[in-house]
Amino acid sequence: MTTQTSHIVVNTTINGEPTVFLANERDSLLEALRDRIGLTGAKEGCNNGNCGACCVNLDGRIVNSCLVMAAEVEGSEVRTVEGLADGDQLSPLQNAFLEEAALQCGICTPGFLVAAEALLEQNPDPSEHEIRYWLAGNLCRCTGYDKIIRAVQLAAGQGQD
Amino acid sequence: MTTSEAPQQSTREYKVVGTRPVRPDGVEKVTGRARYGADINLPGMLFGRIKRSPHAHARILSIDTAKAEALPGVRCVVTHDHLPGASDEIVDLGETVSPYKWILDNTLASDKALYQGHAVAAVCATDPHIAEDALELIEVEYEPLPPVLNVHDAMADGAPLLHEGMRTVEMVARFVPGEGRGERFTNIASQLEFEQGDPAAAFADADLIVEGEFETAAAHQGYIEPQNGTAQWNADGTLTVWVSTQGPFVARATLSRMLDIPLSQVKVVPMEIGGGFGGKLPAYMEPLAALMSRITGRPVKMYMNREEVLIGTGPTSSTYVRCKLGAKSDGTLVAAEATLAYEAGAYPGSPVGAGATCMFSSYDIPNLYANALDVVTNKPKCQAYRAPGSPQGTFAVESLMDQLAERLGRDPMELRAQNAAREGTRRADGVVLPTIGAQETMQAAIDSPHYRSEIEGEYVGRGVSMGFWTNAGMESAAYASLNSDGSVNLSVGSVDIGGQRAGLAMQFAETMGIDYQQVRPQVVDTDSIGYTHVTGGSRVTYATGIAVHEAALDVRRQMEQRAALIWETEPEQVAYGDDGIIRGPDDQQLSFSELCRKMQQTGGMIQGQADVLPNRPGPAYGCHIVDLAVDPDTGKVDILRYTAVQDVGTAIHPAYVEGQVQGGAAQGAGMALSEEYLYSDDGRMQNASLLDYRMPTALDLPDIETILVEVPNPGHPYGVRGVGEVPIVPPLAAIANAIHNATGLRINQLPASPTRLLDALLDDAE
Repeated sequence: MTTQTSHIVVNTTINGEPTVFLANERDSLLEALRDRIGLTGAKEGCNNGNCGACCVNLDGRIVNSCLVMAAEVEGSEVRTVEGLADGDQLSPLQNAFLEEAALQCGICTPGFLVAAEALLEQNPDPSEHEIRYWLAGNLCRCTGYDKIIRAVQLAAGQGQD
Repeated sequence: MTTSEAPQQSTREYKVVGTRPVRPDGVEKVTGRARYGADINLPGMLFGRIKRSPHAHARILSIDTAKAEALPGVRCVVTHDHLPGASDEIVDLGETVSPYKWILDNTLASDKALYQGHAVAAVCATDPHIAEDALELIEVEYEPLPPVLNVHDAMADGAPLLHEGMRTVEMVARFVPGEGRGERFTNIASQLEFEQGDPAAAFADADLIVEGEFETAAAHQGYIEPQNGTAQWNADGTLTVWVSTQGPFVARATLSRMLDIPLSQVKVVPMEIGGGFGGKLPAYMEPLAALMSRITGRPVKMYMNREEVLIGTGPTSSTYVRCKLGAKSDGTLVAAEATLAYEAGAYPGSPVGAGATCMFSSYDIPNLYANALDVVTNKPKCQAYRAPGSPQGTFAVESLMDQLAERLGRDPMELRAQNAAREGTRRADGVVLPTIGAQETMQAAIDSPHYRSEIEGEYVGRGVSMGFWTNAGMESAAYASLNSDGSVNLSVGSVDIGGQRAGLAMQFAETMGIDYQQVRPQVVDTDSIGYTHVTGGSRVTYATGIAVHEAALDVRRQMEQRAALIWETEPEQVAYGDDGIIRGPDDQQLSFSELCRKMQQTGGMIQGQADVLPNRPGPAYGCHIVDLAVDPDTGKVDILRYTAVQDVGTAIHPAYVEGQVQGGAAQGAGMALSEEYLYSDDGRMQNASLLDYRMPTALDLPDIETILVEVPNPGHPYGVRGVGEVPIVPPLAAIANAIHNATGLRINQLPASPTRLLDALLDDAE
């Protein structure tokens, strides 16, 4: 058991802003984002990589931030749900989630948005099956997924990015 | 494709009701700014964790907290001894009514641990990692006892008893215990019997009887946000708690009782809630956070991990139902009988009474008997889960309806429609049904493109099922403050779990004759609004909807008086119109916004308020149609097409109603196909993670088509019925019936997981 912990200075870029933070050596990236940096958009749903609520974009890949150690992101670029909008201009995907009523409680929404944005960057015109396959790592318990799929299709049709 | 048919019954024209505006909390939720309970961060905050029993049933011999307390950073450790004394007092905390001792013991175990995951101690420290480390330093000495893990073992002669001295309570109604007690000590906590007509004679007279035994596994509500709570004890003896709860006033009552302070000293601040489905009605950690804040003088935040959510908070009951239906050869149902045994988990309170009430309520059955048993087992205390109790009992009845149709050579929907419950039909529990849409729902299913389509292919089948839920009324309050610019702040005490802020603002705007955008709704804390019962029972859009409607009528009356003052006439000469125009003598008129500008000159700002206790919630019916394919090599089921038909009364916000229907159908599909608690012989959950406890993913489900039937509820000004719960009811039997249609196999035990279905297919092949 390690109770005495040391801290590590981590240099990173978060949502385009150069960011330096002090991580407990036991902190996950999720804990660092939420508790050290104050970006609480990524959510903890399971803390073992099964629900996708903590999904963030790390150097162009989507990861479950609960499975990444905070110290690992030294020199990396992190994008979270807080970085999706341009000021008060929502992204097409964010607008599509509102238009299509693709959220109810909203706790899974940040993870879905980050994951879906990464999908549309790779594949601007995904089929429904491709969307469902890509988003199978994100659990939603409220919507039955139907309206989330519609929202991603709507954003794709509008040319996300 | 999601479809929403035009209202079939609504005749009134609305301006706001029935439209699909964006929810007021939408932008915050898509930008990550919405504040959930776990997002609270206070200066000097400590982090609390819970020590849980590894045993399903054990006597607690001693708890030694010394080593944990000595760990640097640990600020306090509490056990049951720190809680105020237990009593036999019966307390009403939302959807459950139970002796205070059980609530106390489920918060922290006293003499015995009754399930794996039962909380035995709590610790708080300056860092969550230290709190976690401290758990391992709390030394608990147990004497393991044999566990009882299903209703059959629990009811057997000589079964180990969970609660010494427990005798069966004879219930006189759901939630109403009678005076009678069984003679023996037992694990059967209560028995509730319903009888209508003369079932024995009716069965003797029936031409055809179908019967069977059915079992369902425990399923968890599965909200994505784990339970959490942050408490701050203040120097003046007041307490502020930030929580993720469906019942802020229930949390307040629990905290007041457990900390022995007046209700008025407790402020519960409901944060955005990340799902609940009934599982966030009770308070688990909030009292412990408050207790430790009181001891340390610092705010304490507590947060469950996912394993704790699965083993430490309520799933729904696992159930056993034996059921029998009797019909005439023309298909008319004449008799029904059922024995239901639902697991309550460690403390009484399964929804077995609701199961017995709901299972037969889709049909007009003149003679019936139901025997509902609430059975304690060494598992987490079950909690409400969306239409609690109805899916399991309905699985039995709807499977038998399918068998009846098969035996009679009838179309399964036509047979159901022939027997549909209607206004005046008496439910199993004796309640006479008001205006309902059972027949309309069945007919819409029969007429649907899905039901009229052909299916083809080997191992492909179609199934249908009805579902019923009572819905609830209960107290709600609303407070509306008008602003001089014509905007309105609308405060309610109902936590918004699925879009109710929008639905409430829309009803207020409709009554006022103003635009939805003029109304800014918010959920406020318990200091800021009148008593409001839980967000549960599909009651918010109905009951809190009536409260906001009444508050709007209060505003209208006051505005009429103001206009009369301005026009120097009597209030009786002034009328507030549904179009938001106030009209007086000589064609004088003012719009809502114009009068808002004149408020300060005519007596000050106007507030409208209402406290209501409505009692005509309007029962809900759903009918689901499913096509699926069974893989004979693996036993895996793929849902090919799914349609959910539902009488929604009046859909205030149709998109959010569709969302409720789709979400409920998805949860029901999980109960039918993949979700179950798996236990070892010694009562430890074997699949306590979201990888192994298998909730449906986007890839597991098809589009869920919705058909909204609107039979307005006469008990609500806009015809609202609760819509949230009933859609979880039909999927179980619809899917089981479709599996039968695809394979010829009757699956009487759910979930029909690949393992279970493959075993059945292999047995059948032998």
